[in-house]
Parts: sequence; C-alpha cells; structure tokens
Amino acid sequence: MVRDLDDIIIRTSARIMVPFMQIYSLYVFAHGHISPGGGFQGGCIMAASFILLAVAYNLNKVKTRLTERRNALFCSLGVFIFAATGLVPVLFAGNFLDYGKWSKVLFTDPIMARYYGMAMIELGVEITVMAVMVSIFLDLATAGKHEKILEEKDVRNDTE
Amino acid sequence: MNKVYALIISVIVGLLLVYSASEFPKWSDPNQPASLHVSPRYIEKTVEETKVPNAVTSVLADYRGYDTMFETSVIFTAGVAVMMLLRRPKNGKRP
Amino acid sequence: MFEMILSKYNYWMYILLIMVGFYGMMAKNNLMKKLIGMNIFQWSIILYYISIGAKKGGTVPIIMDTHSAAGQAIRAIDYINPLPHVLMLTAIVVGVATTGIALTLLIIIYKKYGTLEEDEVIEVLKK
Repeated sequence: MVRDLDDIIIRTSARIMVPFMQIYSLYVFAHGHISPGGGFQGGCIMAASFILLAVAYNLNKVKTRLTERRNALFCSLGVFIFAATGLVPVLFAGNFLDYGKWSKVLFTDPIMARYYGMAMIELGVEITVMAVMVSIFLDLATAGKHEKILEEKDVRNDTE
Repeated sequence: MNKVYALIISVIVGLLLVYSASEFPKWSDPNQPASLHVSPRYIEKTVEETKVPNAVTSVLADYRGYDTMFETSVIFTAGVAVMMLLRRPKNGKRP
Repeated sequence: MFEMILSKYNYWMYILLIMVGFYGMMAKNNLMKKLIGMNIFQWSIILYYISIGAKKGGTVPIIMDTHSAAGQAIRAIDYINPLPHVLMLTAIVVGVATTGIALTLLIIIYKKYGTLEEDEVIEVLKK
C-alpha cells in the first residue's frame, strides 16, 4: 500500500516526459543539416524514452508497446534503407552511394538530390540505433529470460 | 606483486607517451598538419556541392558515407550477437 | 622548457587518463573492474583525438550566412577541423557495441562459474 503511493510522482512525471522526448528526438534528427544533430543523436534520445518507461514502470509496459518481433524488424529495416539508398544510383550508371544520381528519380537538380540522400540515410541510422539500444537493454536487464521475468508478480504491481 | 608490476609497466608506457608527445604541435595551432590537407577542402566546398551548412553532417553522410554504412552494420551485428548469446531455450526447443 | 609544458597541457592530461585506464585493466582482480578500466581507456583516447581538431579563433563548423557567401569566400581558418569529430562518432558507437557484448559475456561467466573474480575462475578452469 505504501509502495504504490511512493512511486506516484516518478510514474506521473515519466508519463508526461515520454512524448516530449520522442518529439525532441525527431527534431534533433530533422535539424541535422543546419545545427548539431543527426541520426545517431536522435536515435539515442528515442531509445532513452523507452528506457525511461522501463525504469519507472515494469518491463511489461514496454513489451506491450514495442513487441519483440517489431523491434527485430526495425533493427534490420534501418540497414536496409541505408543500403537501398546506396544501390539505386548503381542502376542509373553511377557509383555506389553517389546521391547525385537520385535526381533522376526525384526530379530535382543533382545538388538538392545530395541533400535529400543525406536525409534518407540519417533516417535509416536513427531507426537502427533506436532498435538496437532498446534490444540490448531488455536483454541485459532480464539476463535473457524475458518470459520468466514477466509473470504475475509484475503484472500485479501495475496500478492501472 | 602483480600490482607492483602493473604499476611499473604503466608508468613506463606513460613516460614513453610523454616523450613522443613532446614533439607534437602546440594545442590549437592553425597550421598543424591535421588541419592542412583535406579538411580545408571539405569546409570550403560543402555549401556549393551539397547545400548543407553543417560540415560535420556532410562529411559523415556524403564524403565519408562508406564508413557510416559499415558502422551501422557493426551496431546491428552487436545487437544480433547479444540476442544470440543470451536468449537460449533451456530444455526443449522453443522457436 | 616551461613554455613547452604549458602550451601542450592537453596531451599531459589525456596521457594521465590513459595510464589510469591501463593500470585498471591490468592490476584489478574483478572482471567488472577490468571492464571499467577498458572503458576509461577508450573514452580518453576519443577525447584526445577531439582535442587535436581545435583552432585558435575558430568557431563551430556550421557555415553561417550562406546567402551572402555568393560574394564572399568561405575561409577555412575561421572554422575548426570537422574531421576528428566525424571519425570519433564512429568510434563512440563501436565502443558502445563492445561494452554491450562484454557485459553479456560477464553474465554468462557468472551463470556458469558462480563468481566474477579472475583467480577463482582460473582455478576452476585448471581442474
């Protein structure tokens, strides 16, 4: 009884902070061209928002929002976006990772095509970094036994 | 005894590093060789070739994009390796 | 002689940190403390590389007033060197991956041998 009222400040402030952290991480990623930032920084902030939820509550709350299968899908989706952005110029008789040839697909001039190519690969990097950080944290915190840890003892503590 | 040996070895390595660092250029020297050959070209040409004002992002994603791709694959491999090492079914084959 | 010491004091500080990390890796008995020593070593080398890229009177390498750059040339002496920052971004991510896998190996060693001290693990392995 006392334990439930102890955590109420931490739990409420964590719930308020998490959506702002995720929007901030998208801003840091999108402003990577004109201010310090980019893919790695935004991905780490997005992963930190999930880890804050896991630390303030129990791990079950993160697992219902970001399932294991979707996390593994995001891991490989980021690397795939990066490699695909590099392979499309090869189809148009350019070098690998030569973003100038994207101007034939996007209908802009070659200089702006390099601008958009950089934004695309930063998106791939952000998705991969976010998924891998959350996956490593969940694996290390439960020592591999995800399903054994999340039993009725944790679900009973959830005050919803 | 182990700790005394380790202390002596690390002090010797530190003194070797100090001796070789005494011939390095001064701190924040504008004419040091680290900032003379390739990096002025990156700073001067980054706006006219890519229209991105941030020199760090344009070098990371455009001029050195190959390194970034393999570094993304390194962190992907680390995630896969942690998954493989820690999530093993105890008895019986669970998919 | 005194000016040589004073004008390069960033090298002396980082060499001290490297020595601390190196001693921690070799001399400590617990495997977790060895891992922390390796981490100190790694991060101090990253700091050392970033300190190389400084320039006197230079500013952050984000090119300001790009619209008036059509008439005015961009001088490289106004901005600090962006290359060490770029290369160390990769090094930081590699360091994080290495630390993650090392912690995984520590969990497996603890499950199998019941202890994290190095000499006890070697004793069990010798039998």
